Amino acid sequence: MSDPGRGYHDMGGLPAGPVERGEHDYALWEKRVDALLVLLSDKERDLVRVDELRRGIEQLGAKAYDELSYYERWIASITGVLLGKGVFTSDELGRRMAEVEARRRGDEA
Amino acid sequence: MSDTGQHSHDHTPRPDQDGPPSYYQAMETAVRELLIEKGVVTAEEVRAAVEAMDARSPAQGARVVARAWSDPKFKARLLKDGSAACAELGIDMGPTHLVVVANGDKLHNVIVCTLCSCYPRFLIGLPPDWYKARAYRSRVVREPRAVLGEFGTEIPDDWEVRVHDSTADMRYMVLPRRPEGTEGWSEEQLAGLVTRDCMIGVTLPKSP
Repeated sequence: MSDPGRGYHDMGGLPAGPVERGEHDYALWEKRVDALLVLLSDKERDLVRVDELRRGIEQLGAKAYDELSYYERWIASITGVLLGKGVFTSDELGRRMAEVEARRRGDEA
Repeated sequence: MSDTGQHSHDHTPRPDQDGPPSYYQAMETAVRELLIEKGVVTAEEVRAAVEAMDARSPAQGARVVARAWSDPKFKARLLKDGSAACAELGIDMGPTHLVVVANGDKLHNVIVCTLCSCYPRFLIGLPPDWYKARAYRSRVVREPRAVLGEFGTEIPDDWEVRVHDSTADMRYMVLPRRPEGTEGWSEEQLAGLVTRDCMIGVTLPKSP
């Protein structure tokens, strides 16, 4: 996409291949990402609005946009918005992700 | 996962995830746990939100379409304010505004979200993968007849095809035309002809 001013997410009207009709059932972790957005965007919390989610996805960069799966893009964006608003720090996130990975390795040992 | 027989604890089967856990799956778990610990959400709220989304399905949209086919006054209200008409049937569109576009005489509608994946999810559930993928988003606005053809839907040349591009706050749904030969059918029978894809507009309702 070399149009000046056209974001890589802005693909309407561009040439592309045939529509691939395969579908997958959403996995639990994907549904949870969706659930987190529903909760975080409600009137009570109002922490991640839908337009903020989309802006975050559009700021991932063209490579990530094409390579990540749909809900991978979502959780990356949601996490970025929450970090930006100071809901948790990148230190807290990094430590917790390391713990999650360690628990998984423990489960698989 | 090794299968050496040395571990004695029971493995609870993992939830249905595709492939090995990814970096982003760990991120989801970490973010969810941090949000719960900080009192932003509760585990129960997350569980309930997953269940609520599981309960949204094309059957809900089919009920709305069948009512519109059966009750012209409801149809008029649906076309005027989709969210309010759905609320009459106990369906909450959440923060999104539903705009229903009706197929008519020599008029066919189809919906897309070229920028992302906006979809009437509070009415008919989560979108199919192809709706979110590059090929559909790029092409349906430029060559809708060719894309519809890939779904087996041939629209005559003298028909108008309107493509509606959704936004974050405004979601479209197609109201298909009531199939001929369904005179006297109940709403329940009619709803059986309504598929997810005909409410997206890539197909027509099933034939009676």
